Amino acid sequence: MTKVEAVIQTSKLEAVKIALHDIGVEGMTVLEARGHGRQKGHTEFYRGREYTVDLLPKIKLEMVLADDMVERTVDAIMGAARTGQIGDGKIFLSRVDEAIRIRNQERGIAAL
Amino acid sequence: MFTGKFWIRWALLLVFVSAALQGAFSQATASDTQADRIAKLEQAVADAKGSADNSWMLVSSALVLMMTGPGLALFYGGLVRKKNVLATMMQSFALMALVTVLWALIGYSLSFGSGNSFIGSLSHLFLRGVGAQPEAAYAATIPQQTFMVYQLMFAIITPALITGAFAERMKFSAMVLFMVLWSVLVYDPMAHMVWGKGGLLNAALGGHFPTLDFAGGTVVHVTSGVSALVCALYLGKRLGYPQEPMPPHSVVLSFIGACLLWVGWFGFNAGSALSAGSLATSAFVATHFGAAAAVVGWVGAEWLCNGKPSALGAISGAVAGLVAITPAAGFVSPMSALCIGLIAGVVCYLMVARVKARLGYDDSLDAFGVHGVGGTVGALLTGVFATSIVNPIFKDAQGNSLPSGLLDGNAGQLLNQFVGVAIAWGLAVVGTIVILKLVDLTVGLRVSSDHEVQGLDLSQHGEEGYYFEVSA
Repeated sequence: MTKVEAVIQTSKLEAVKIALHDIGVEGMTVLEARGHGRQKGHTEFYRGREYTVDLLPKIKLEMVLADDMVERTVDAIMGAARTGQIGDGKIFLSRVDEAIRIRNQERGIAAL
Repeated sequence: MFTGKFWIRWALLLVFVSAALQGAFSQATASDTQADRIAKLEQAVADAKGSADNSWMLVSSALVLMMTGPGLALFYGGLVRKKNVLATMMQSFALMALVTVLWALIGYSLSFGSGNSFIGSLSHLFLRGVGAQPEAAYAATIPQQTFMVYQLMFAIITPALITGAFAERMKFSAMVLFMVLWSVLVYDPMAHMVWGKGGLLNAALGGHFPTLDFAGGTVVHVTSGVSALVCALYLGKRLGYPQEPMPPHSVVLSFIGACLLWVGWFGFNAGSALSAGSLATSAFVATHFGAAAAVVGWVGAEWLCNGKPSALGAISGAVAGLVAITPAAGFVSPMSALCIGLIAGVVCYLMVARVKARLGYDDSLDAFGVHGVGGTVGALLTGVFATSIVNPIFKDAQGNSLPSGLLDGNAGQLLNQFVGVAIAWGLAVVGTIVILKLVDLTVGLRVSSDHEVQGLDLSQHGEEGYYFEVSA
């Protein structure tokens, strides 16, 4: 089982969700986050003083998938989230040791 | 038995008796008609005028209270960080309660009792003698109690303005003690000097240095604004200022507050006419025009300097204009009001966006920049633009009106305005330093670093302003 974490632009959430549903990904967690990679922030003014806002709003999606779903999922996210500009985000993949369904205690792939 | 003759006799008797009675009564009302009816008419007219004036003054009183709560509370509340929103609003609200009690006990007496040039008296302690009878020296057509409660609302908002300077770092207990002392030692004397019987600066009642201050440019804005500066300097900067950006947590709240201030200000300025006639209208119009022109001035300056006009700048501009027009409202023409507003908008913008940063002090919510500077500018411009055409405040021995301000032909008035402003500055500086020292030695002014970082809502009041619960 693989955990897929994707940090994307806030404006791309709808497109990515639709793309994931289309390929059959049924479970995901969505978090509101702030952050930056190489993206410079923007300046705001307060009382004549200019300051840089460099922690930008982002959306983070997390999902745990069977290994054979991962490649399709990554492609779907990339296709829906890309604009070609700095700030598009990143995808991280990591190994998951176990998954458990709370309702009926199913384990492993069956729990996903 | 009951023949026609019987009925005719009784009918004739009835007619005769009633005619006689009518005659008797019209003999009495004939003398009533002339003098008594005129007297009754005069009374009715006076009552009607008094009713009109009193209803306007009661509405004005409510409007001015609204300026503090929720006007100022929201305006300031939105400008601070989320962790301090309640504490900031609480400061204004606490004053609504505290100053009211003080005013009832001694404040009104010290401000408006007939004392000497500098302070009133104790003749109205516990509001003795303040009832339905008008106090002719102040407002001849409304109960003195109306006048008292109207002035109370001014006494409330003045110290509330100062809270902007020490926002986010003053102990609540210290604030309470500070405000009790400030209200009695700074506000009451200043109010007496400008508006009280025998006051040194009272233009309407023959003060030695008649300062034209229609609704409180010196009494309210200069005193509070300058005191704010002193507080900001004495308490020192907030932790992290100026390196850490501390933008408002809700300009939306500030926007609502500013609009309530604008509308409420009609009670503040137009109500200072103390009657519902054309002077109130004149002050109303001048107030509105001053605010509007100041928005144009501030926003224009900001657009030029920063490339974008901000909402916060626009509402700040409105407040600056309203501050500046406050001393002038009932003395200047509508066009002059536009000038005063425009000037105030630009000057206060520069003060807040340039001068403050250069000088480095932390007047958190620009109480000095807007009220201190705006009030000073407005008070001086009043000496320029005041005209007897709008308000014949100065009269000679024969009752002919004399020129008011510089453009009217009275250059000397500017000097009087300077004196009034200087006294306000002096009283504010000296009074505030003394009170701050006293409070610091007894209660301690500033919260601890931990409490400042934690936020005043939690540390001073045990509350959170917004509790969007994580669990359902």
